[in-house]
Amino acid sequence: RDFNERCAQCSEVNWGLTDGGRFYCRSCHNVTERTREVVNTDFITNSRVQTISKGSRKQEKNDGGSEWYICEGFQLILKKQVEALEALGVCPQMKDEILCNFWRCYLQKSKQAYCKRPAGEAVKALSVCESSTDVDSDPERPSLLHLLSLSESEGDLQTDCSFASSVSKVSESTSVYSGSVDGSLYLMKNQKENLRMTMPMTLSFCYMALLWVREPITLSELLRFVVEGHIPYLNVFQHFPEKMKLCGLDLKIFCVESWPVYEEVFNKMHELAAFLDLPRFPDITESCFLHPDMLCMKYLMEANLPDELHNWTCRVVKKIGIGEVDFLTLMPGNKSTRKVKYDVLAAAIIVVVLKLLFLLDDHYEWLLSELAEERNKNNTEGGPYFEFKKWYEVVKHSLDVKQKKLDEERAKYVWRCEKPLFYSVKNKSKALKRRQMVVNLQNQFGKLSGTVQGAEKPNPSSFQLSWSEENTDGNCFHGHSLKGVLQEKRGLLTAMNPDYWLCTVKLCNERLCGHLAHYREVEFPQSYHFVLGLFSFLLRVQPSYIHDEVCMIEHKLFNKKLYKKLKYNTVLRK
Amino acid sequence: SSNEHKLNFKKSKDACLSYIQDALLQKQWKRAAEFLTCYVESLDKDYSREHIGPSEMIWRIGTEILWHHSQSSMKEFNCFMEQMKTLGVKRYLKVCLEHVFHLLCNGQIDEAYQNLSLAESWRFGEQTAIQDKEMKLIQAYRGLLDYYSWAKQKNILFENSEDGFSDLAVEQEMHGYFRKAAVNLKEIIKVPGVWDIFVKCYVDLLEFYGDHNEARQVLNEYAYNSKFPANPNAHVYLYQFLKRQGESKKSLISALKILHDIVPSHELMIDFNTMLQKSKKRKKRRLGLEVIFAALDYAGWKENAKAWSCLARQVKQIVISEKHLDWIKQEWNSRKDWWPAFHFSRYLAKRNWQENKSLSYGKALVAGILLGKGCKYFKYVSHQGCKAQLKRFRMLKKFVNRHNPVYLRISG
Repeated sequence: RDFNERCAQCSEVNWGLTDGGRFYCRSCHNVTERTREVVNTDFITNSRVQTISKGSRKQEKNDGGSEWYICEGFQLILKKQVEALEALGVCPQMKDEILCNFWRCYLQKSKQAYCKRPAGEAVKALSVCESSTDVDSDPERPSLLHLLSLSESEGDLQTDCSFASSVSKVSESTSVYSGSVDGSLYLMKNQKENLRMTMPMTLSFCYMALLWVREPITLSELLRFVVEGHIPYLNVFQHFPEKMKLCGLDLKIFCVESWPVYEEVFNKMHELAAFLDLPRFPDITESCFLHPDMLCMKYLMEANLPDELHNWTCRVVKKIGIGEVDFLTLMPGNKSTRKVKYDVLAAAIIVVVLKLLFLLDDHYEWLLSELAEERNKNNTEGGPYFEFKKWYEVVKHSLDVKQKKLDEERAKYVWRCEKPLFYSVKNKSKALKRRQMVVNLQNQFGKLSGTVQGAEKPNPSSFQLSWSEENTDGNCFHGHSLKGVLQEKRGLLTAMNPDYWLCTVKLCNERLCGHLAHYREVEFPQSYHFVLGLFSFLLRVQPSYIHDEVCMIEHKLFNKKLYKKLKYNTVLRK
Repeated sequence: SSNEHKLNFKKSKDACLSYIQDALLQKQWKRAAEFLTCYVESLDKDYSREHIGPSEMIWRIGTEILWHHSQSSMKEFNCFMEQMKTLGVKRYLKVCLEHVFHLLCNGQIDEAYQNLSLAESWRFGEQTAIQDKEMKLIQAYRGLLDYYSWAKQKNILFENSEDGFSDLAVEQEMHGYFRKAAVNLKEIIKVPGVWDIFVKCYVDLLEFYGDHNEARQVLNEYAYNSKFPANPNAHVYLYQFLKRQGESKKSLISALKILHDIVPSHELMIDFNTMLQKSKKRKKRRLGLEVIFAALDYAGWKENAKAWSCLARQVKQIVISEKHLDWIKQEWNSRKDWWPAFHFSRYLAKRNWQENKSLSYGKALVAGILLGKGCKYFKYVSHQGCKAQLKRFRMLKKFVNRHNPVYLRISG
């Protein structure tokens, strides 16, 4: 059927199969020596799972591919990712010493390699059906659809169903589930025991390594670099060597079509650290980039806020003890401490400070701003006082422009690469045709676009918004003074604002409902929304995420008062 | 959970589509093309589960862009359409048809014909039966183009015959086209639908070759078969045919009756009223009055001098005969509240007088009878007319004055 060679005797293409599995020409009854398995070059024959260390694999398969295991694929991906990080300036030890060791440790713990009996030895890989039983007849084997649903990546139900149906039809001979040896096995593994590797998890590995080395890249930055294309993620598999053929279930594992979010990478990283039984990570001290004092400085600059606010962030950090080494350093497996999100924490601290000084109740901050404006008009010596209103206008304008650009970029993502993907061999030619058509159409309409296609990626930058004091238009607020909102009391500078409103009186139980507080269900002042929105944009996380941290900080800050005065609902006197 | 905010393929493409939509609505073809370039990879994931899948989207959007974009050529357009034809077998004939429409819009009749012929010969298993309707349309349009070829040959023939030449070859060709056209046109008009252009052409052919019976049957079917959607034009075609055939007033009137019911404001209502007015039957004359009043309810008729003169004539005739004044009363009853402001305001009196004396004459007569000699419109126009020493306006004034009591009876 799939054998298209001409018969040596009669030059016809009209083949049948003998009982012995050999091809014979129906026209002239010439029997060939070719057997079915050999001829079907499109089908990839798989054998039982073998240990990597044994190394007894068939090198040359008929289509030029060879056996490969899923974890090899991930290893390649990690390698590429860390090389990209190196190109961004990360220290070279990260690749050869840190990440490599993490990965080996993982392989060992998950029993995929470096151990005596690899997982799955007792279980036959689903890729082989030696008897002519139908796939579904064996009660021990999970059905294909079940396997597909296990995978974390969002597939399309339609593809999955069509794949499942196309495969189950092939009942008598080898069925094809994946290009890799253990693709189907991989999806079957019990996740709780073994922490199955996924694409988002590669970023968890990267982040873990970065944290170990204490590189000045936060998780939100890492994820942003991924989205901007500086770190391979989306179509890394196209760099697999030729002999590693990808199809079927492999696609479920390696071809993701969504960007991972902060939360999932973060949580996975901690799971991973615990799974690997890692010791306490290197200390995060005051001189570290990830220390709140440092990060606050960075974010204050980026948010175009006065440098003087830094004193206040440091004071808050000190007061609630979140600058302590023990608080900041990661201790894997310790379930009692809250996991620190360095970037979100720093942003939340700034929000709290703004609330302390400006109240942000949609009245007071504007009042203060008017006073500052008056003063600035009449008195130009000694530098300008910070005006909330002006700051808001300037920052909002830039933010809107950037947000609009980002929204357009998100609508213009090209998710697929040129390498055509197909679930099963049956779809191969259709997939190839479609791919060709896509490329044609992209060319045709690309020419009519009027813009340069494939423009250069912007250089990776740590700052998304930048403000220069040299600009004469007065749009930079770094040097502005907070004198307008501060007063001296007993030798100490305190805020003129006497009040504070809590985001929430009672914190929720994170373990129960997943959040500390519920941002969407309460109406907060517009200024508060704006400030959250600003950092939400910078960090590319949901505002509610930052809101949770704000609540946490507030409760630490006003701990004593909360216990004493539970009667007073929202407004507290400092 | 945070997974709702994850940006994934589908969300990204949905957003892309809305940007395309905005660009199309604002006729920003370059921008639309830019986003479409990003959208086309959805083809890899085309499942016919959705109501309108990616391939159909791309076809329709791409067609719009290529049709309007300044840098796009017909060559590119055609190339694109050919690609779209291979994209979805279920849509093949539809794409062919639309392609043909575009070619016709661009004046490429020959290419359109070729495409139609090609599409006609398409076979694809059970799809052929499923897309039966589209196939009929394709055949119908090919028939239509055959008709145009026929018409061209006919013109050539007549031009030549004036010169005294008779060209057998041209005649043969002409008949050939007729046969091809007739077969296809006949088929499509059997299917319930709105086939104005096909019907017209087919009837034209039949009349030329003298098959009036068939023509009449076709038109009757088209107008009166309840399976067909209500179509004013069907009645118009039938009426025009009957008129050409010199049919009796009776059948002409019956042809227009339904048209009056469906479209009281149709331009043929003047012909209708004229015929009805002259009828000997009372019922018909009554209907005539109803028809002309109904037509003048519509804003488009406000300044139609002919219509007003029809109404004026009939009203005058009724008033003089002093019979059937109740007809006028009945018609006026539902209109007396709004016609004065609608037709007979002082402003309109001035304007009508300036622009069209005949119009103002007709209206003034009607106004004078319906509203009495004291009404603004009549007073102004008749005054102006007498000032201008136009005889008929003097006559008009006398007439209305004499028959003023009629107004009292009508309005009371």
